[in-house]
Amino acid sequence: MIQRVHELYDSLERQRILLSFKGALTAELVTALLGAVERKMLVIEPDAKARKRVFNVVMECLQNQFHHQTKWHDVQGDEPAAANGVVMIAHTDEGYSILTGNFMAANEVEHLRSYLDHINDLTDDSLRDLYREKLNNGSFSAKGGGGLGMIDIARKSGSKLEYGFVPYDEGNTFFSLNVNVTT
Amino acid sequence: MASLTLEGTPKTPFVQFDEETGLLELRGRSIPENSIEFFKPLIDWVDRYSRSPQARTSLHVQLEYFNTSSSKCILDLFKKLESLRAGGNEVTVLWHYEQDDEDMLEAGEDYAGIINIPFKMIQIEDAGGHH
Repeated sequence: MIQRVHELYDSLERQRILLSFKGALTAELVTALLGAVERKMLVIEPDAKARKRVFNVVMECLQNQFHHQTKWHDVQGDEPAAANGVVMIAHTDEGYSILTGNFMAANEVEHLRSYLDHINDLTDDSLRDLYREKLNNGSFSAKGGGGLGMIDIARKSGSKLEYGFVPYDEGNTFFSLNVNVTT
Repeated sequence: MASLTLEGTPKTPFVQFDEETGLLELRGRSIPENSIEFFKPLIDWVDRYSRSPQARTSLHVQLEYFNTSSSKCILDLFKKLESLRAGGNEVTVLWHYEQDDEDMLEAGEDYAGIINIPFKMIQIEDAGGHH
């Protein structure tokens, strides 16, 4: 068991992971993780614009996860521990990779898939138009999100959103998102 | 009514809404999980202020970061000021952005495209020196 600690460290180091976290997010944890990312980025990334874009994407991804992680209870009424998610930020040859994963209701998968495909099909200009339109006409969800998160993530990253779904049980699916911010 | 002052935090901006001068300021970061809760007192304040406003009202927005949930609340704040302007009062939004921060400039342009208030885009020359 004890040698696993070094194996884990070594593996994270080789994959150039800046931050990795598994668990349920709280508002305080989001603040702490953002602080950690910001401090590390100041050391390793000289370009202020790149630092800002990475911070923005990480912030939206974490808050997205924070707002959606409780979906599990809605479906199963299960133990809170099941609301686990995962967050990883890696330094890559092209820039940074922000990976997040969380459980979601299986019956919402197709809707999310077509939404993400739609975002990926848009040019920068039409993405901006969609953002403006949703900002102006969209309604607030009870949690304060306005469905702008993914659009903003796509705009700030400048790359296509990579995603995947892994079925977990009849009610739940694991959703993975990889956002590349090129520098 | 009284002026509104809120200290900045790692997730919420410094706020100073001065009813005597008509100078409204929002500076720092606006990235709270619950933006509606944070912005409600600000929007309510502008509502009350609008009953007997100054001849000129200026809102300075100087944000380093804001999340998408804040973006809707900021729009609501602008909409209150838009109504104030529609009532015949002079209203200006001064949108500050750091040099080379095209994203923040674009965000200001997005609002300017939606809201019927004159926007002034102001580039901050020195991005350093604050955190």
